[in-house]
Amino acid sequence: MSSKQFEEGIVAGRLDASALDANFSDLHPAYDEHEALVAADRCYFCHDAPCQTACPTSIDIPLFIRQIATGTPEAAARTILEQNILGGMCARVCPTETLCEEVCVREVAEGKPVEIGRLQRFATDTLMAKAAQPFDRADATGKKVAVVGAGPAGLACAHRLAMHGHDVVIFEARSKSGGLNEFGIAAYKSTNDFAQAEVDWLLGIGGIEIRNGMALGDQITLDSLQSDFDAVFLGMGLGAVNALRLEGEDKEGVSPATDFISDLRQVSDLGSQPIGRDVVVIGGGMTAIDAGAQARLLGAQNVTIVYRRGQEAMAASEFEQDLAAQKGVRIIHNAAPIGIEGNGSLTGVRFAYTETKDGKLVTRDDGFSLPADQLFTAIGQSLTGAPEALTIEGGKIQVTEAGATSVAGVWAGGDCASGGDDLTVTAVAEGRDAAENIHATLMGDA
Amino acid sequence: MADLTTDFLGIKSPNPFWLASAPPTDKEYNVRRAFEAGWGGVVWKTLGAEGPPVVNVNGPRYGAIHGADRRLLGLNNIELITDRPLEVNLEEMTRVKKDYPDHALIASIMVPCDEASWKAILPRVAETGCDGIELNFGCPHGMAERGMGSAVGQVPEYIQMVTEWCKKYYDKPVIVKLTPNITDIRNPARAAKAGGADAVSLINTINSITSVNLDRMAPEPMIDGKGTHGGYCGPAVKPIAMNMVAEIARDPQTHGLPISGIGGITTWRDAAEFMALGAGNVQVCTAAMTYGFKVVQEMISGLSQWMDEQGYTSTADFIGMAVPNVTDWQYLNLNHVTKARIDQDACIKCGRCYAACEDTSHQAISMSEDRVFDVKDDECVACNLCVNVCPVEGCITMETLAPGAMDERTGQPVSEDYGNWTTHPNNPSATAAE
Repeated sequence: MSSKQFEEGIVAGRLDASALDANFSDLHPAYDEHEALVAADRCYFCHDAPCQTACPTSIDIPLFIRQIATGTPEAAARTILEQNILGGMCARVCPTETLCEEVCVREVAEGKPVEIGRLQRFATDTLMAKAAQPFDRADATGKKVAVVGAGPAGLACAHRLAMHGHDVVIFEARSKSGGLNEFGIAAYKSTNDFAQAEVDWLLGIGGIEIRNGMALGDQITLDSLQSDFDAVFLGMGLGAVNALRLEGEDKEGVSPATDFISDLRQVSDLGSQPIGRDVVVIGGGMTAIDAGAQARLLGAQNVTIVYRRGQEAMAASEFEQDLAAQKGVRIIHNAAPIGIEGNGSLTGVRFAYTETKDGKLVTRDDGFSLPADQLFTAIGQSLTGAPEALTIEGGKIQVTEAGATSVAGVWAGGDCASGGDDLTVTAVAEGRDAAENIHATLMGDA
Repeated sequence: MADLTTDFLGIKSPNPFWLASAPPTDKEYNVRRAFEAGWGGVVWKTLGAEGPPVVNVNGPRYGAIHGADRRLLGLNNIELITDRPLEVNLEEMTRVKKDYPDHALIASIMVPCDEASWKAILPRVAETGCDGIELNFGCPHGMAERGMGSAVGQVPEYIQMVTEWCKKYYDKPVIVKLTPNITDIRNPARAAKAGGADAVSLINTINSITSVNLDRMAPEPMIDGKGTHGGYCGPAVKPIAMNMVAEIARDPQTHGLPISGIGGITTWRDAAEFMALGAGNVQVCTAAMTYGFKVVQEMISGLSQWMDEQGYTSTADFIGMAVPNVTDWQYLNLNHVTKARIDQDACIKCGRCYAACEDTSHQAISMSEDRVFDVKDDECVACNLCVNVCPVEGCITMETLAPGAMDERTGQPVSEDYGNWTTHPNNPSATAAE
């Protein structure tokens, strides 16, 4: 046990290295071959399978599981990757419990779905360990497409465009590619630097150049991209973190949960990552869960996630909530922050209970305080710096089903665009579909 | 991607996976769906003679055997040949063949065992433009009672006679479908060849009763309290079918006669195995009935991947490759010694190998108090039972002892020479080794 375990304040090294290693190991460890065969054997090969319908990228799940069962996981991977080139990451981070596995007929019948996510990982890991990405490029079209953002949407779009023979340049604001796969996912969901390995593997198709440190509205503008390229795809995600709008929000110890999650993914030694003893997370989505659970895993003594609405309204899945609870995180519902305490640095957060009156969420007069030396905010992110020419709808770039924006020659997808859940798998589907539409448009078929 | 295009008797198909003559191929609607799903060919469900079509029972037609997790292992049926008018089938076949010229379409036929009946139907079948015919000498239920189906297939002379009629009145390939309900499959195959058959296809279904209803004291499928034997098919029959295919492939009298392999083919691997044993293509029914037509996609991707891995560019590259290695027992090398090996890391300590060996074999596996299972080389005869009952694939394997190594069971070093029963000293009729 580390001597720092109970130390007040935000300190590094609350747990020793072996405890940290255990805490941050793979959430869903890879199947070995025997496990994969046993798991695959449970699939019924349903007709018009509910799992496939539930998958935002429409992967032919029964087929790929049967391909695993018949000893050809490489063919299974191809089935997956044809629909979702980031199938490796999605196998790790998809909330399968609310997508494919939720509707698996064996979940419905027996409360135990076929473990589709882990089978997908088995297939994609097998192929990626053996081979370069399995797709070839069509003959060069001579067309150039600019993609803004090297996250899931941008990468999926770029890969599909490259397959069709177009040349792609990805402009990425950060120094590293991968987007939220690299910066926005709990460390125990993507171990061994998988996000970077997957980007490298994906680029193996050729015809895609990534320019890092290039932000829209900064080093590049939509106008310049439009004049230099035949088409533009915007997949830069959401930039700004929503503020609590409380006095004291700028105190030391208060920070966006997304920064914490990102730091954790980039730090090489988890023992050097400081964490509070009493941590409060405000929010009800996956980001809140990822931050809360990882705070506990780093050694925080008391971690409380506080959400202003009831449990049924939480964006985080039940599985994710259970996961946090299992790590020792307490989740309080129906409470909203009303004050930040502390002279100088943070000492606590005051909350008021909430209730719904006439369909509106209102705070009550009663409430409680939680001691806190660290507060993470996870109440959503907003689009910033969208080019003015584009129509914005509900805070996001308005797009058609095919991903076309209100400006001709400009497409968008992923979290920055309207429609769909803000999930990796949804971003991949949107990037892929936009690429198909860009291709059809450039080739005069649309 | 390997090229799966297959040439069988000059009939080209995009892949070697054909649907066998059976309920899935009874109608234009099904066959179009099958081709769209990716099947390379279809043998249309058996046509009967002109006139009022046969009638089927209106109770259950299928019975089944299930494995763990209710996986369908064996299916039997008491359905007859097509119960739709001949004209309707011929019209539909004509339309389908016109729309799918690159897919194989074969007409299965079963008419009474007289020349006039065959002479009458063959020109009409030819008019459809189908690529060949398959003579249904196999169905073991119903039609056999009327002197057709397996009743013909069980008499080699009849097979030869009808095949000759067909070659006389029809100029495209004639495939003879054989019944397994005989004692030696080589005899009907030889008869088919003597009659001029271009190929044989096998196996048709096996006579069977799948289960007995103990409340009604009647076999299933039960029709108003009675049941009858039906034709058994599905994964359970694959070993029987493969042996029969191999027997024909290696019989000097029929060696080289093209074979369309049928019997429990469910995955790409099953198909590859049949083809390695000499089948030029394969026919599938139960897998499609169990999983739908889409199942062919896994067969296509799997066979293609395997061929790529092996460096085969065409199915012709590996068809029949295992035939030379199918031999008689008397030629097996008795000096080849193997011992079971248990991978302790993979072992889940269920003890099934121990029970199997201790109770029913050679007491060659030891069990420690903490459930570690080890092979006793001085008792192990390498029977392979432990390998087969182990629930973990690859956990128990057979290690071949190198020549010169001591076989602890016999106390003799392993000989590097090949030595079989024909030269073994214990064989009273042994001939001296050269």
